[in-house]
Amino acid sequence: MKQNVTRLATYFGVGASLLSSVFSIHASADITYSGSASLQQRYFFQDALYPFQTQSQLSIALAPQLETSVGENGVFTFSPFARIDQRDAERSHADIREAMYAAYFDKFEVRAGIGKVFWGQTESLHLVDIINQTDLVESIDTEDKLGQPMLDVRYLLDSGYISVYVLPYFRERTFSGVEGRLRAPFPMDTDFVQYESDDEETNVDYAVRWQQSIGSLELGVSYFDGTDRVPDVFFRPEEDAVVSMQTSLASFYPQLQQASIDALYVANGWLFKLEALSAKRLEEEYSAYVAGFEYTLVDIFSSGYDLGILMEHQFDERENNPAVFGQNDLMLGARFLMNDFSGTEFLFGFVQDLDESDSYSAFIEGSTRFSQNWRLEVNGYFFSSDTPNDPTYAIRRDDHLSIQLEYFF
Amino acid sequence: MNVNWVVKTVLLCCVVLASEHVSARDAEKGLEIAKEMKKRDEGWIDTLANTQMILRSPDGRESVRDIRVKTLEVLDDGDKSLTIFDQPRDVAGTAFLSFSHAVGPDDQWIYLPAIKRVKRIATRNKSGPFMGSEFAYEDMASFEIEKFTFAYLEDDTFNDIECFVVEQVPVDKYSGYKKQIAWVDKEHYRVHKIEFYDRKDALLKVLTMDEYEQYEGKYWRALRADMDNEQTGKSTTLLTSEITFKTGLDEQDFDKNALRRAR
Repeated sequence: MKQNVTRLATYFGVGASLLSSVFSIHASADITYSGSASLQQRYFFQDALYPFQTQSQLSIALAPQLETSVGENGVFTFSPFARIDQRDAERSHADIREAMYAAYFDKFEVRAGIGKVFWGQTESLHLVDIINQTDLVESIDTEDKLGQPMLDVRYLLDSGYISVYVLPYFRERTFSGVEGRLRAPFPMDTDFVQYESDDEETNVDYAVRWQQSIGSLELGVSYFDGTDRVPDVFFRPEEDAVVSMQTSLASFYPQLQQASIDALYVANGWLFKLEALSAKRLEEEYSAYVAGFEYTLVDIFSSGYDLGILMEHQFDERENNPAVFGQNDLMLGARFLMNDFSGTEFLFGFVQDLDESDSYSAFIEGSTRFSQNWRLEVNGYFFSSDTPNDPTYAIRRDDHLSIQLEYFF
Repeated sequence: MNVNWVVKTVLLCCVVLASEHVSARDAEKGLEIAKEMKKRDEGWIDTLANTQMILRSPDGRESVRDIRVKTLEVLDDGDKSLTIFDQPRDVAGTAFLSFSHAVGPDDQWIYLPAIKRVKRIATRNKSGPFMGSEFAYEDMASFEIEKFTFAYLEDDTFNDIECFVVEQVPVDKYSGYKKQIAWVDKEHYRVHKIEFYDRKDALLKVLTMDEYEQYEGKYWRALRADMDNEQTGKSTTLLTSEITFKTGLDEQDFDKNALRRAR
C-alpha cells in the first residue's frame, strides 16, 4: 500500500507539472474541465478460494479531464485516473489515461502522447483490440484500458482512414493483489516480469490499420507487430520465493505478429459482426474469430422500450491454454433500453463453453441516471467451471456484484 | 361547468369544420406545396445551432439536454447532421452522426468518448426516441420529397395564420407513422403544426413550431418546437438559442473521422 501511495504521488506529481506547463503556455486559451468521481462497492457472494482474500471491497476513483485547443489545428487532452481500494493494494492505482496532443489537417491527423485506441465490432470479446493494455484490476470485463504512449499518423480517406502507429513503450497488465479476488490461486508478482524482446518494455511496437465505411459495411483491416498484451504466466523462480515465504506467479510477454479484420454489416434491424485474426507468437501460429449478430426490436409491445438480441460465437485454435478465453464458446445476450429520462439500460449475457458443459459465465450490466450529474451502475459477474485448465476455473467462486455511484462534473 | 360547455362547443365546431372540408383531397396540389416548401428553403448550405432539449413527464418532472447541432445541406439527397451532447454530464462528448437519405434507410453512427468507440446504429431504429425524448430519429431527419406521398386536404387557419393542410404518408415501411397531417402557411410555406398518427392510425403526437425567425433574408427557422405525446402525456421542447448560417462546414466535418474530433 505504501509503495502504491508513493506511486500515486509520483503520478500526480507528473500530472501536476504537466498541468502547470499547459497552463503557463496557454493561460489565455479556452480550457474545458470535466470528469467524474465515483464510489464503488463490490460484494462477492461465495467464500474466497484463496487465503487473504476478502468478501467485499469499497473503493473511490477520480477521473478528471482537461481539454484545450493548441494553435489553430491542435487539441491537447489530459485525463489522469486514480482509484483507492479499501482492501487490494494492487487495485489502489493511478494511471494517465490520456495526455495527448492531436493536430488536425485537411487530409492528415497526427496524435502524439498517451492515449487510447479501440479496434473492433463484437460485444462478447474484444479479440482484435490490441493497442492498449487491459487495466484488469478495474473490472473483469477487460473494458478498462491503461494509457498507451503512441504516435498515430492518420491519413484520411472518404469515409475511412489509414493509421500508422508507433508505440514506443509497453504497459504491463494490472493484476489483483493477494487480498484481491478475481485472481489466480497464487498472487502475481508484478515486479518480476520477463520479455522475449531484449528491449523489454522499451521495445518499439508498430501497427497499421485501414478503416472504411462502404455503404452498409464497416470494415477494418489491421496489422500489429510488437509485445503481446497478454502475458504467459509461470511460477516465479524458487530463490525469490524463499525470501518472501510466498509462492507467486510471474509474467512473460512474448512478441506477437497479428493480422486481423473486423467488420459490421447493417441491414434494417440487424447488425452482423465479425472479428477474426491470424497470429504468430512463440513459434506458434494460430487463428481465432468472434462472429455473431445483434437484432433490435423497437418499441416492444408498445412499451417504448427497445430490445436487442445478441448471439456471438467465439473460437480460438489454441486448445488447453488456460489464458485463452473463447476457445469454442457461445454468447447469448439481451440489451434492454428503456428510452426514459434517465437513460436506463441493461445488458445481459450468458457465455457457454461448448466443449466443457460445466464451464459458463454470465453477466448483467445496468445503469441509470439521477439528475444531470449522477449515474448509478450495477454490474454482476458470475462464473462456473469444474475444468482446471479453463480460464474461469481460478475465479469460479468469484461471483460478484459491483455497485457504483458516479458524479460527473 | 362553464369550461366544459366551451370545450364541447369548440369540439363540435371542429367536427363540423372537418366534415365540411373532407372532400377537398388533392394529391397533385399536395406535392406542389411540398416542392415549394423545399424550393424556398434551398441554398442555406450549412448551419450551426445551440439547442436545449427539455423533456417533461406527465407528473411535471423535467430533464434537460444541451446539444449542438451542425447541419450540412445536401442538394441531391438528404442532409447530414452531427449532434454533440454537452448535458447531461455523463453523456457529454457523445456525438451522433446522421446521413439522411431521400430514398432508403438513413446511415447513423454514435461516438462514445469514454471507450473511444464509434458504433454504427441499426437503421430500423428510426422510429425509436432520440435521446429519450418525444422526437423520434425520423423526426430529426431532413424533410425530403421522396420520403412521402402527399395530399392537400383543405385550407385552415392556425393561430390566425392562413394555412394549407397537407397529408404526408411515409414511404418507408419502417416509419413509426401511418400518416402525418401538416399545417403549412400560405405566405412563407413554413410548417406550424404536424399531427403524427401511429401505425394503427391513432393520433400519437402533435408538433407545434413557433418563434419563427428569418435568416439570410430567406430561410425561416422555428426557435421553439414542442412535441406533445397525446397517448402518454409526455412532452419535449426544443429551444434554439443561437443559429449561424454558412459557417464554412464541408463534407469532411460530417464523416466518421469528424465524430472523434467533435468537441
